[in-house]
Amino acid sequence: MTINGWIEILVFTGIVVLLARPLGGYMTAVFAGEQMPLSALLGPAERGLYRLAGIHERDEQPWTAYALSLLAFNFVGFLALYLLLRLQGWLPLNPAGMTNVPPALAFNTAVSFVTNTNWQNYGGEATVSYLTQMLGLTVQNFLSAATGIAVAMALIRAFARKSARTVGNFWVDLTRGTLYLLLPIAVVMTFVLVWLGVPQTLAPYADATTLEGAHQTIALGPVASQVAIKMLGTNGGGFFNANAAHPFENPDAVSNLIQMVAIFAIGAALTNVFGRMVGNERQGWAILAAMGVLFVAGVAVCYAAEAAGNPLVHALGVGGGNMEGKETRFGVALSALFAVVTTAASCGAVNAMHDSFMALGGMIPMINMMLGEVIVGGVGAGFYGILLFVIVAIFVAGLMVGRTPEYLGKKIEAKEVKMAMLAVLCLPLAMLGFTAVAVVLPAAVASTANAGPHGFSEILYAYTSAAANNGSAFGGLSGNTGWYNVTLGLAMLMGRFLVIVPALAIAGSVAAKKTVPESAGTFPTDGALFVGLIVGVIVIVGGLAFFPSLALGPIVEHLAVVAGRTF
Amino acid sequence: MKSRSASLLDARILVPAIGGAVRKLDPRSLIHNPVMFVVAVVTLLTTVLLAKDAFTGGGQLGFSFQIVVWLWVTLLFANFAEAVAEGRGKAQADALRRTRTETEAKLVAGDGYRTVPGHSLKIGDVVLVEAGDIIPSDGEVIEGVASVNEAAITGESAPVIRESGGDRSAVTGGTEVLSDWVRVRITAAAGSTFIDRMIALVEGAERQKTPNEIALNILLAGMTLVFVLATVSIPSFVSYAGGGVPVVVLVALFVTLIPTTIGALLSAIGIAGMDRLVRFNVLAMSGRAVEAAGDVDTLLLDKTGTITLGNRQAAEFRPVRGVEARELADAAQLASLADETPEGRSIVVLAKEKYGIRGRDMESLHARFIPFTAQTRMSGIDHDGVAIRKGAVDAVLRTIAAGRADAAVREAQAIADEVAKSGGTPLAVARDGRVLGVVHLKDIVKGGIRERFAELRRMGIRTVMITGDNPMTAAAIAAEAGVDDFLAEATPEDKLRLIRAEQAKGKLVAMCGDGTNDAPALAQSDVGVAMNTGTVAAREAGNMVDLDSDPTKLIEIVEIGKQLLMTRGALTTFSIANDVAKYFAIIPAMFLAFYPELGALNVMRLATPESAILSAIIFNALIIVALIPLALRGVRYRPVGAGALLSRNLLIYGLGGIVVPFVGIKAIDLAVTALGLA
Repeated sequence: MTINGWIEILVFTGIVVLLARPLGGYMTAVFAGEQMPLSALLGPAERGLYRLAGIHERDEQPWTAYALSLLAFNFVGFLALYLLLRLQGWLPLNPAGMTNVPPALAFNTAVSFVTNTNWQNYGGEATVSYLTQMLGLTVQNFLSAATGIAVAMALIRAFARKSARTVGNFWVDLTRGTLYLLLPIAVVMTFVLVWLGVPQTLAPYADATTLEGAHQTIALGPVASQVAIKMLGTNGGGFFNANAAHPFENPDAVSNLIQMVAIFAIGAALTNVFGRMVGNERQGWAILAAMGVLFVAGVAVCYAAEAAGNPLVHALGVGGGNMEGKETRFGVALSALFAVVTTAASCGAVNAMHDSFMALGGMIPMINMMLGEVIVGGVGAGFYGILLFVIVAIFVAGLMVGRTPEYLGKKIEAKEVKMAMLAVLCLPLAMLGFTAVAVVLPAAVASTANAGPHGFSEILYAYTSAAANNGSAFGGLSGNTGWYNVTLGLAMLMGRFLVIVPALAIAGSVAAKKTVPESAGTFPTDGALFVGLIVGVIVIVGGLAFFPSLALGPIVEHLAVVAGRTF
Repeated sequence: MKSRSASLLDARILVPAIGGAVRKLDPRSLIHNPVMFVVAVVTLLTTVLLAKDAFTGGGQLGFSFQIVVWLWVTLLFANFAEAVAEGRGKAQADALRRTRTETEAKLVAGDGYRTVPGHSLKIGDVVLVEAGDIIPSDGEVIEGVASVNEAAITGESAPVIRESGGDRSAVTGGTEVLSDWVRVRITAAAGSTFIDRMIALVEGAERQKTPNEIALNILLAGMTLVFVLATVSIPSFVSYAGGGVPVVVLVALFVTLIPTTIGALLSAIGIAGMDRLVRFNVLAMSGRAVEAAGDVDTLLLDKTGTITLGNRQAAEFRPVRGVEARELADAAQLASLADETPEGRSIVVLAKEKYGIRGRDMESLHARFIPFTAQTRMSGIDHDGVAIRKGAVDAVLRTIAAGRADAAVREAQAIADEVAKSGGTPLAVARDGRVLGVVHLKDIVKGGIRERFAELRRMGIRTVMITGDNPMTAAAIAAEAGVDDFLAEATPEDKLRLIRAEQAKGKLVAMCGDGTNDAPALAQSDVGVAMNTGTVAAREAGNMVDLDSDPTKLIEIVEIGKQLLMTRGALTTFSIANDVAKYFAIIPAMFLAFYPELGALNVMRLATPESAILSAIIFNALIIVALIPLALRGVRYRPVGAGALLSRNLLIYGLGGIVVPFVGIKAIDLAVTALGLA
């Protein structure tokens, strides 16, 4: 590890923390429907959309209607994307002449983009047309992100309200999140990326003759706009197969920094929105601090493992950190940092190949996802995810102060615990369940690139990434098979909607509760003690179930490498 | 019931509990506890597999046998914990049952009565109970006065007075009339009397899971499912790695990971909480009420008897100008000699203490005592032609002022106002139509009560004093006692309004009361403690009954409620934190055969894979027994504020929960190896 590396990590963390408050203030205003400079420009569009859809802006929904609207909207989004993929060969804006996508892959891809996962069993430049990229994938990049933010807003409102029947209006939250939050930032970011050299064109792929005289086709397209929203909305689906490691997606250290900040910005700011809306910003900082502790710990381990390098390679006389699968323009520190950021948030964009990380370096991204991506997390998803852990933590520890546990004046009772456990449970079910079946299916095992524990890690990583709606891949695994297309798709659906529905149920139940005034008997949820408690509960409740699988994957691989054993 | 054995581990309870532990293996009883039910299922499974292996000659029989034995032991220990807790309740129930002997009742019919069996009485029947009779069932005195021995329910042998009308009209079946007679209207049918309900409560027969217990059970069931997933996925992971894991080892891992510690002790904690209340001579009508007690935000306390001693006492003689204090004391003492009220007696005592004025014989004074009446609001004495009067200031002064309103009267009035402002009650004393001065009667705030209120404040509980006094007096006493707020000149409607207002703010309110007019407020409050001496209506309205009729006990009740919740939280935290060490014991042992590198995870350096697994499962079983005393006694509550309390408990049960099993499992491993068990 180098001082330089740590300074880069520090600068990144500092920017995210500094952005949380102003962006949080802006978002609070957006979702409260306040007038702002952008209203003059976008207000007519917003009202036009409501009129078109027959939505009354002030009509709020109880949690059930909110959830049904969300599910219906996402189902329609899935169908539209699926059809687009299946029919793209016959549709316009297809200069590279891409064919229709086969059913299993289309299912996987449609689910993947609707669930904000962006797992890609296809190579963008070899499979999808410009129309699909723009009208299908990029549109879902916005909408799946806005869906996540909407759920978080419903939950935040629930804690901020007293004895309320409703949690907000899904259609309004969706529209405002897209129009006032995602769109403007994405537009600005697109221009900055173009300025930094990222292509944005509808022209066909360029033909070039290299210095050696070889003929080469260079893939192009509307890259910058998709990169902007894939980071901002923690989608992560690359325009190119190489994702953010591709120089056209991520040309240099500056674009790399902007993209990493974009991944964390909204997730971190949501904690501030929460603090503002419940009337005590410290409550939000406490949650961000808990995320921060887990984040820095992850970065330290990952960076240390990558910087230490591979002893088997050292034995061959090549010193230094592990550079396999990394871009030289980013180096060890920024690759490790990016890997932790992209998996802590449910982004899944990669600027280095996680498959080539050291065993422990690759374990950190996996743990981040297994914990449910609550370390900042996917936009919205990370926030409602960590609140589920907060509920579990408050319930267990809150009892220890001798009262019925309460969080922000809301009593945490059987219903909240039930829903939180349901959501917490669905992750190990999808991650461990599918992995357990896949590792004994010869056809599924055949897709792995490596034998031994590393092959195991490839499968485990795939289902973990899918269920956590991350979308990053451990490389190695060839996922475009019938089995993986279907099962990974199912894992993504479980990890998304089996968390969203319980989270909204909690919102409904919490909103209806009275708020108990704070007293000396309520334990403070804005201090270091609470931060430590949350971290402990996330690691123990969220992480312990995965210890056996980690032992059989990265841990044993690491120990074997240290001992000089290969598979 | 005061003479209950308080010892935690009494052989009379422990021995029958062993039998109870075996009986509780009945699936119908186990199903109520999801965690232990799952343990029972997997234990049965491994037992069957062991039997199969024994016939077919499978490998490692000795090791599997030991694991299976410890699995059964784990189950039995859990049952034992519950049986011990129940046994303590049963012992009390038996004591109560002995008082419930079959009685004969004198059913009033026309002018006379006929004798019928006690159990045939119906609600509304009127019975005659005379000296020496046992009151056949719960009821209300409608005629007569009698002294009653209620030792059967309160443990207090001093008889109490029960009379018709007023707030002391309730009688309890099974208690004995010592003197006189009463007519009682029966208010409870056979089998549902107060004592019957007490028996059912302390026995735990009517125990229903409280809301909080239900929520905790859901959490534990959820954790169990998480670990089901963690364990059932292992065989396929292992087969990928080219190895295998025996079912018995998987079961051992599973049972040690799921929260068996809290699962085993959960019902014992609940039963013990009720039991602790009973030891305080408080009966909770439901577990829900005990839990609510822990959550109380506002405590409504009656001034008289709770905050102040029941009676006012003379504190000072304040003469008007031109009168010696001793002269005033002498007159006041004479006027009070025949006054048997506590106030009157306290004047005699003060006169003796301060001025050495001795008691005098009424006979030799040839005195005539003038008793207090509601009309005159004065009492006094006429002797040797001298008339002394003492009483309410306005009443005494009016008799004088009718003659002349002189300086002395005005001065007395001023003194009286001053006394009232300081929270005292003034009594004017006059001799032969001349005012001598004022006796200052003071409400005596109970010793140590101020500290108790400070303690409550640190717990986050607000105390409100309820009094019939005027606001001025109430404010002075409130300040002296250190309560947070007061409700002066309170009517029952005011009380009810105050409770509703607090509840609308989301607060939980506790109060105690005894009179019929307290009943609506008792019913409205979240924790309503009725005094045992109170009326039937009050006892029906509250959700707890204090057999000692001591309103101060509300504070202890709150503490017991908090203790109950804390104990649950502490043991849950401990149970979950234990998993870290158990993983480090079992995971390397499980996979060592095909991944020898994982030996590095064996941080405890346990001797062999078998001893590691065995040690973990033994630790898991023994920790249940080791924690039974804590579950029954409860985690100690300290009024230090929630933050400090949480950090302390997190340190002990969270961090301790991580560290203790590392030490415990290592120690057991050393023992297992030394004994050659594995």
